[in-house]
Amino acid sequence: MDELIKYAPDLGLGFLENVKLSIVAAVASLILGTILLAMRVSPTPVLRAAGTFYVNVVRNTPLTLVLAFSALGLSDQLGLVFSETPLTNSFWIVAMGLSVYTAAFVCEALRAGVNTVPMGQAEAARAIGLTFMQSLTMIILPQAFRAVVAPLGSVMIAMIKNTTVATAGGFLADAAAVMKITFDQTGASIPIFLGIVVAFMVLTMPIGFFTGWLSRRLAVVR
Amino acid sequence: MSTSVLFDAPGPRGRIRNHALTVISVIAVGAVLYAVYRGFDNKGQFEGKIWQPFLQWETWDFYIIPGLIGTLQAAAVAAVLALAFGAIFGLARLSDHAWIRVPAGVVVEVFRAIPLLLLIFFIFYLAPMVGGGGDYAFMAVVVGLMLYNGSVLAEVVRAGVHAVPRGQSEAAYAVGMRKNQVMRLVLLPQAVTSMMPAIVSQLVVLLKDTALGYIIAYVDLLNTGFKILPARFFGSLIPAAIVIGIIYVALNMALSYLATWLERRSRRSRKTAARPVAAPGAAEVGVAAGQGTEGGGLAPDKPLE
Repeated sequence: MDELIKYAPDLGLGFLENVKLSIVAAVASLILGTILLAMRVSPTPVLRAAGTFYVNVVRNTPLTLVLAFSALGLSDQLGLVFSETPLTNSFWIVAMGLSVYTAAFVCEALRAGVNTVPMGQAEAARAIGLTFMQSLTMIILPQAFRAVVAPLGSVMIAMIKNTTVATAGGFLADAAAVMKITFDQTGASIPIFLGIVVAFMVLTMPIGFFTGWLSRRLAVVR
Repeated sequence: MSTSVLFDAPGPRGRIRNHALTVISVIAVGAVLYAVYRGFDNKGQFEGKIWQPFLQWETWDFYIIPGLIGTLQAAAVAAVLALAFGAIFGLARLSDHAWIRVPAGVVVEVFRAIPLLLLIFFIFYLAPMVGGGGDYAFMAVVVGLMLYNGSVLAEVVRAGVHAVPRGQSEAAYAVGMRKNQVMRLVLLPQAVTSMMPAIVSQLVVLLKDTALGYIIAYVDLLNTGFKILPARFFGSLIPAAIVIGIIYVALNMALSYLATWLERRSRRSRKTAARPVAAPGAAEVGVAAGQGTEGGGLAPDKPLE
């Protein structure tokens, strides 16, 4: 217990980085995922193919590889630099990799949502003369989002837990990296491990309950 | 609803518009690809010399194949253990005795909530303290994957048994079977059929997550291919990433297709009264492939029919 108290400030700062990563990745992946979904249901075959290719490739690549490639390949070799400060740069590199990865799962969840919208809705939208973009944004997406609030919550929870993999992207300030550095000094410490686990649970559990509650509240009555 | 319902079969004007959009999107996709190509080319990533190593058998023999074997070994051992863990804890959660059901539920929920990498780190550092010196990377990866994926599979097992219509067990009790017989002879055989797609999807997740071993220096495909190989052949980092990326994607897609095929087959199957169980975390409308590093999550379970 003493170890946890002694290292709590460092660990807390590390955990804060996870929270910041989560927020950036949540916003970016939801936007990117929605764009990908629009591509995948669009009338243009090229866009459909591009969206499908993206989702299938990214979804089947390990996150560790995505992040390691972003850091060592894109940033170090190809010169994609967000900031001169190495730590800030690696934060944004990891945030980018995490968003790109999570977007594929957001797209898959939303696509499942689009599948729950009854055929008649889309037919009715077409019958009153709405264009593809109009029926997508006014009829299909609002219902699709409501249907997949809970799965999207699961995707976000998974993403929050994935922020620990930031180490692979060279971002050595998050909770997992701090825990590893601490363990190098103290050896494995059960209180420290449990402390971080509880911190993550405090972050993820409310999201699970909130999205579960929201999905029941927003469920489209059919 | 199939996606094609979102838009009409286009008329003359629509066709022209669609053709225009096609041309524009081809140009847009092409521009993105060209920008990537230029970026790579400017840094000399298309020089034959850095791709050369991948044409030599020695590279595959010394680096990629041993790494692939390491990945597959960890995945295979972890898969077997996770299936056993999932079966035991899934059934324990279904027990009528609270003293079995509640602890099993706590274990499953806790291990599902812990970020997998933290779990692997913890085991990696704890093992030498308990068992003395040695290389525990393999053990840490396998045990971490077992605990996490086993917990997700336990939920799959529970959902699978719940997916069998209640009438089946009522009928079995009515003809005088014991609890044990009902589970063994009636519920499980039907549940396994409906669980197969979700189990295979979770195995895809497991295979993908073996790559976390890279962080604790377990000799897997990512380690030999992305750390050791580029250190040996200077400058070959990006070709290496592309080659091992293709290997991972091919492996996982093959497993994903197996899952989709199993799902389609079990939808047709008359051997079970249960509907296919979706992977936890996936929307119930059959997202066949598994979610990424950590599929499940803490979202309260929807009753799966």
